[in-house]
Amino acid sequence: MNRRTLPVTVTGILFVLLLIAGAVQFTGFASPRVILNLFTDNAFLAIIALGMTFVILSGGIDLSVGSVLAFSSVLCASLIQVHGWHPLQAFPVVLLAGACFGAAMGIFIHVYKLQPFIVTLAGMFFARGLATVISEQSIPIEHSFIDAINNFGFALPGRGWIGSATLILIAVFIFGTWLAHFTRLGGYIYALGGNANSAALLGVPVGLTTISIYTLSSTLAALSGIVYSCYTASGYALTGIGLELDAIAAVVIGGTLISGGYGYVLGTLLGVLTMGLIQTWISFHGSLSSWWTKIFIGSLVLMFMIFQRWISQGLTGRRHGPDRIN
Amino acid sequence: MTNLMQHRLFLPLLALALILLANLVLSPEFFHLEVKDGRVYGSLVDVLNRSAPCALLAIGMSLVIATGGIDLSVGAIVAITGAVCANLLNSSFDTLPLVILAALAVGLAAGMVNGSLVSIFGIQPIVATLVLMVAGRGIAQLINSGQIATFQNDTFASIGIGSLLGLPAPVVIAAVVFLLVQFAMRFTALGLFIEASGCNPRASHYLGLNVRVIKFLVYCVSGLCAAIAGMVITADIQGADANNAGLWLELDAILAVVLGGAALSGGRFSLPLTMIGVLIIQAMSTTIIMSGIEPKYNLIIKSLVILVVLLLQSPSFRQQLRGLSGARNSLGGKA
Amino acid sequence: MSAQNAVLQLTGVCKRFKGVIAVNNVDLDLRAGEIHALLGENGAGKSTLIKVITGVYTPDGGRIEIDGAAICPKSTLDAQKHGISTVYQEVNLLPNLSVAHNLYLGREPRRFGCIQWKKLQRDARALLQRFSLDIDVNELLSSYSIAVQQLIAIARAVDCAAKVVILDEPTASLDSREVGLLFQILRTLRDQGTAILIVTHFLDQVYALTDRLTVMRNGEKVGTFVTAELPREALVSHMLGKELQAMEASRASQHTDSVDPAALQLRELSSSNGIRNINFSAQRGDAIGLAGLLGSGRSEVCAALFGLDSVTEGEIRLGEAPYKPRSPAQAIAQGFALCPEDRKTDGIVHPLSVRENMIIAHQAQRGWWRPLRRSEQNKLVADATQRLKIVCSDPEKPIGELSGGNQQKVILARWLMTHPQILILDEPTRGIDIGAHAEILQLIRKLCAEGMTLIVASSEIEELVAFSNKILVMRDKRLSTTIAGQDISENAVLAAIAEPD
Ligand SMILES: Nc1ncnc2c1ncn2[C@@H]1O[C@H](COP(=O)(O)OP(=O)(O)OP(=O)(O)O)[C@@H](O)[C@H]1O
Ligand SMILES: [Mg+2]
Repeated sequence: MNRRTLPVTVTGILFVLLLIAGAVQFTGFASPRVILNLFTDNAFLAIIALGMTFVILSGGIDLSVGSVLAFSSVLCASLIQVHGWHPLQAFPVVLLAGACFGAAMGIFIHVYKLQPFIVTLAGMFFARGLATVISEQSIPIEHSFIDAINNFGFALPGRGWIGSATLILIAVFIFGTWLAHFTRLGGYIYALGGNANSAALLGVPVGLTTISIYTLSSTLAALSGIVYSCYTASGYALTGIGLELDAIAAVVIGGTLISGGYGYVLGTLLGVLTMGLIQTWISFHGSLSSWWTKIFIGSLVLMFMIFQRWISQGLTGRRHGPDRIN
Repeated sequence: MTNLMQHRLFLPLLALALILLANLVLSPEFFHLEVKDGRVYGSLVDVLNRSAPCALLAIGMSLVIATGGIDLSVGAIVAITGAVCANLLNSSFDTLPLVILAALAVGLAAGMVNGSLVSIFGIQPIVATLVLMVAGRGIAQLINSGQIATFQNDTFASIGIGSLLGLPAPVVIAAVVFLLVQFAMRFTALGLFIEASGCNPRASHYLGLNVRVIKFLVYCVSGLCAAIAGMVITADIQGADANNAGLWLELDAILAVVLGGAALSGGRFSLPLTMIGVLIIQAMSTTIIMSGIEPKYNLIIKSLVILVVLLLQSPSFRQQLRGLSGARNSLGGKA
Repeated sequence: MSAQNAVLQLTGVCKRFKGVIAVNNVDLDLRAGEIHALLGENGAGKSTLIKVITGVYTPDGGRIEIDGAAICPKSTLDAQKHGISTVYQEVNLLPNLSVAHNLYLGREPRRFGCIQWKKLQRDARALLQRFSLDIDVNELLSSYSIAVQQLIAIARAVDCAAKVVILDEPTASLDSREVGLLFQILRTLRDQGTAILIVTHFLDQVYALTDRLTVMRNGEKVGTFVTAELPREALVSHMLGKELQAMEASRASQHTDSVDPAALQLRELSSSNGIRNINFSAQRGDAIGLAGLLGSGRSEVCAALFGLDSVTEGEIRLGEAPYKPRSPAQAIAQGFALCPEDRKTDGIVHPLSVRENMIIAHQAQRGWWRPLRRSEQNKLVADATQRLKIVCSDPEKPIGELSGGNQQKVILARWLMTHPQILILDEPTRGIDIGAHAEILQLIRKLCAEGMTLIVASSEIEELVAFSNKILVMRDKRLSTTIAGQDISENAVLAAIAEPD
């Protein structure tokens, strides 16, 4: 088996095993409805995580995405509700704001050689601050167009439903796969993650690539904010706290190396679905207190990671030296 | 003069001085110190006192970051130690040494979990510690049965509100831990080994360093530091709030390490610089509060200050600045 | 010839680093259809000059012209657009991409906005065929040895070649076979009108390949000469600034037939990295050479001895005692030391200073609780710098800022400080200039005379023959022939490498 695709494959297999385990334990666990709900309920996380994949592949990290989601949802809600814009006018503006925000972070990272972790941490504070300045209260959205978006979709047999959120997610996924594996930019992103120095010496336009990566990530976070505000029909400055960590976890569960250079877009999707499945499993359990839920999620993620390492190591054989440590 | 300006302590100290100066402008009382009952009072002491928990976390975090890792779980470890202390103090095992030992043991255990995940199982640090960050709060809530546990115990409380040598106890504790770790790093070869295994783990392995053990140990130290911080915080408010104790404190600790000039990819670290980073963060929060700006602007201001401090440290930014002032000078010369 | 057909013309190029003038007022003209050698000692400024030409560093002064038009490349990409393609001294490819992708990164064939992976792979295979490299182009680059990576980097540069190809020590990790191939390709390229600038420390190669040469010393240009008109001795004295003493061809002390139990003995050794049934023994003071083609298992023997790979079968004995290292730390405790082949990833610890890099192995051996005092460190470092003639303005500067050859010497110094009983050198003279080369050979002899056992893996047969008293020829991860004592000669080794089973 190919060493590169192994972690993704393992994630896929473990996802299926988890699904089977759930189906054995609970009736109706593996129904199309539950599975499609995984997509609907996690669409906003998945969109963010797909953006995060590119950032992590390039050896960076983007902590601002949760805040950008909050900021976009508040901006979106306030444009529609307070300023009376049509959603179709508001959406492009929100996306553009997200893109500019990401580009600015990318410029700071590239031009001034600042560390992504810290720049995006500052970005996280800044975006959250902007959202609070726009409105400290939750803004409910009432607009017929938003309702139309929420009602749009296809019914599938087995009481399954593919809604607009799922459709957007699928579109983003296809775009991401194309970008990562069929464009030059994709190659540059992997190259940066492999070794930024060598990449520059090989003629990779490092600046342009870096800026595109963070622009992409923030734009997707803004898109996700739009999806989220449609889904909840509101915008609130305190949503999405800690979401960046979920996104990072999903990316890493999907087999992407946090140090960059190795990983797949498909892996991230599987990672999000796995995390969603763990949540579903807990909710099927019913009466768990909130703290047991946290402990459960933690231990399941942990077991998953250990399994994944274990299987990958078993299949490739251990290589000498701590070359893969960290 | 140029020598002074090139010293690596110069810029961080300058940033700190500027922020303190801003405080002075906002409140002329700022540098005023007063001795009452053998204890020093004043805004400066408050800043020090409030930085103590973050400083403790940042000490452990520096070592972890130097090996190229990161420890997101310290905030959760603070919560767990808090819950353990509070519940022990409410039980019949409420002697001080026992409580302190238990807290340290909890911190060490948490550190060992992180350390073994990273170095034995080979899980990437950010996720390995994320697990404890999420589950740890759950464990703390479990210990507290979902309540905020309060306690009455003056001896324990003195860890947080007492004073030693005229200074608040947390400041003294943080200073002692700092000196201990700094001594261990610079008067033995540990600092060098940690830096080497962060810079190039493969080459370090070839050198005969046990990179795995080193990585394991730094997470243990980080856990211990978090446990001490947890005791300080719990003693200070005389209660343990599993949800909010130490919440997002890990980000402040990481921020402090980076403001101190360390690279998150591992390598060089400096504890004194990290301490300056901690003070910058705390002094900045004080400034924001004292300035009387509406709280909703807090985050924006905080992020902008961080950016400015980072930019000041960036060589390419300084070059641009120099270029700009150079251009102005030459223009002036022509005119 | 007038300067009219100069493709690349440098006038008065300067580059300074903190406290060092790496390149000082250098002129150079490179003509279409010539192979031009750039020569000089370690730290003379060759690599820096190349990096200035190719936009990695911005020059502090001077002009760079391509076809008569001044350029000032801001990045490698810029330089590539001006028709300059480069292979830098350290392999600068991406370990996480496939071989094919590395070859075509940034110039992938596309259709409808999509990369045509099939075509790319076909092209890559065809390109590597020219270097008779028959490898799976879909594998990750990191799964190949440093030598193969070097070839891939060269293939990439040659394939991009427009007007100028620059190669910084391309032959450092190649065997004579690959070198021959490379030269053939370079000659073809020259005949097509490309200008080629090549850095090397092998004078034979200079005379076999190049048309003209430029010598640098201490950052300054000594002169440009027509290769065929410059006698070898004159060239050497231009480079070193003095005559090189003739190298006496004495062997290490030869007491192969001593009655002591062998200091090191391998019996039917097989390791997890593929070497099979290796047998040999070495006495104190022996210098054992490991010869063989690329991938024949030279480095793997070193790795097994140093505890990097686990021993699967057979045994190793140190004197009377069995020895089964599980990690480098254990091997070091038993008196082993290894200078690894890939100095960038396995050798130097980059942002750490030269001083720290030198003393760290010794310090690791003493343990963390017995730190070397700073004054002791400084003394050790000063001694080693002098003994190995390391060019280094300040031992506190990051090791990455040293020139390649000097980094190699620092690694050697690092291990000499641990006073090993068995010193394993994997390609010890890679990238080392002729002056230092002679010194290192002398050092090897001296160490042997002091009773150290040396195991040296090298692709330079001449060098092995110069000091070994036993040469093991490897083939296909097995020991094919052992040549000892009076039978050692270059021809014997070459024959053993070439001979079919
Ligand atoms: N990035 C850097 N920062 C500071 N000094 C440097 C840097 N790069 C090179 N130098 C210094 O410049 C001088 C010339 O180095 P250079 O790498 O050009 O030598 P070289 O001729 O290529 O030697 P070698 O044969 O060993 O490769 C050396 O003294 C080196 O220490
Ligand atoms: Mg060089």
